[in-house]
Amino acid sequence: MAAGTASQTAQATAGSAEGPEAALQAAFDAAVAADERIEPRDWMPDAYRASLVRQMAQHAHSEIIGMQPEANWITRAPSLRRKAILMAKVQDEAGHGLYLYSAAETLGTGREELLDKLHAGRQRYSSIFNYPTLTWADVGAIGWLVDGAAITNQVPLCRCSYGPYARAMVRICKEESFHQRQGYELLLALSNGTPAQHEMAQDAVNRWWWPSLMMFGPPDDASAHSAQSMAWKIKRHSNDELRQRFVDICVPQAEALGLSLPDPDIRWNEERGRHDFGAIDWTEFQEVLKGNGPCNEQRLDQRRRAHEEGAWVREAAAVYARKHTSGAGPAVPNGKATA
Amino acid sequence: MTAALALGDDALVLSHRLGEWAGHAPVLEEEVALANIALDLLGQARLLLSLVGDEDELAYLREERAFRNIQLVEQPNGDFAHTIARQLYFSVHQQGLYEQLAAGDGRFAGIAAKAVKEVAYHRDHAEQWTLRLGDGTDESHQRMQRAVDALWRFTGELFQPVEGVDVDWQALHSRWLETVTDVLGRATLTVPTGPQSGAWTAGAGRQGIHTESFGRMLAEMQHLHRSHPGASW
Repeated sequence: MAAGTASQTAQATAGSAEGPEAALQAAFDAAVAADERIEPRDWMPDAYRASLVRQMAQHAHSEIIGMQPEANWITRAPSLRRKAILMAKVQDEAGHGLYLYSAAETLGTGREELLDKLHAGRQRYSSIFNYPTLTWADVGAIGWLVDGAAITNQVPLCRCSYGPYARAMVRICKEESFHQRQGYELLLALSNGTPAQHEMAQDAVNRWWWPSLMMFGPPDDASAHSAQSMAWKIKRHSNDELRQRFVDICVPQAEALGLSLPDPDIRWNEERGRHDFGAIDWTEFQEVLKGNGPCNEQRLDQRRRAHEEGAWVREAAAVYARKHTSGAGPAVPNGKATA
Repeated sequence: MTAALALGDDALVLSHRLGEWAGHAPVLEEEVALANIALDLLGQARLLLSLVGDEDELAYLREERAFRNIQLVEQPNGDFAHTIARQLYFSVHQQGLYEQLAAGDGRFAGIAAKAVKEVAYHRDHAEQWTLRLGDGTDESHQRMQRAVDALWRFTGELFQPVEGVDVDWQALHSRWLETVTDVLGRATLTVPTGPQSGAWTAGAGRQGIHTESFGRMLAEMQHLHRSHPGASW
């Protein structure tokens, strides 16, 4: 909140009769109402803080777990150009994880603590990454559909009420939109390639379409956190609204790709000016969420293993830093590490 | 021809090995750093291979025996200490090599001038980690010592003159030894005393003689490309 803002006016007029807490709450409410940013040192309700930590942690975890299905194809990328693009993309995801864990740190929750919760299964990551990448075309489908859905979800977060999260999202969205175009371009090359390549692309789209629609979360009337998050302006649009927006974007793109979407009920609704589409299988969504998806165990196991096997490295860096406190730099050398 | 293949294959193969770390690194910063180094090396490889022919044909359609990289870069990642030791040995060498090439007016001068800035960072990264692991905990010290020992016998090949690469190989070797000795010393590690190559391994990689794991690496790398002959991606 900047100087001379709605919050300060509210703070000044709230009076002391109701106690300092009420005045702070009023200032917070006024700032949110005036579309001002809440910053780390500002007072905020505990529930707002907790909700942000939950959402940012889930987002950060999704970035680092999301590296796995794509890294699965780095060593088999079929051309050096594609290999470079894919490595850079997976690297970006690690970078996004870093921004988001850092943003969460501004709320007083460290990366180690959040990773421990992820490894213990106490915090979630996006269910989409519990599906396997079975062919090279899956790399394209993830870029086009999964990153496309993520962007639809995340662009409004650039205006989220919490400053550090909003600013991290501006950078992330720029890179995500690059990834989305790369995925689309990969699928286009396959679709226009040999019959076997075309079939590979269609098969990937068939498998990733419905899980991508589920990325927007349960329907509005069944979404646990939606109403409060919207009131706090952490969230700006409902799940169903964003899902509809995504479908409307994808239908013409699929046509341009020469690929079909695996939903016979998709048709243009003149009256609504939007596309109708078929019913989503929420049982599958719930099952994957509960841990019964094809890769839940595998993803979490790999994450835990990397963390456990890296423990001696992190410990060495910490001990070294303690031994060489003056001018030794950070425990983990970060060099020019660009994301 | 042979020279561009030799330098290009070194970069291509090491980039591939580093790419295998994605999703497995000990700390998130290293996911970024290792991928960064892998990308730099891949970029170098593409420029160098393109001097010889089509980069994808060269990368994906040559048999194991036609690769000209040194054996050091194809060694499996092992633990993080092995990856760092391999990187230290290679990057210190590559920095010296590219500095000389960049200073000359040969066909690699342009590529080397661009790459040498990247390589300086790779070397710094490897050096910083060598210090942390060597002078960290007992466990990290032991692991790092094991790694520098295990890879030592592959370092002799770094200084086997490559035809068409016009540098002072003798000077490269002595400078490398000086730098590595200094870094290992500061990391409280012992410089290995064994030979830098077995009689039969000296220059073997440059002649297309590789180690067993390299064939598996190529099988994985080339499988998809080879499964769709003539396709473009």
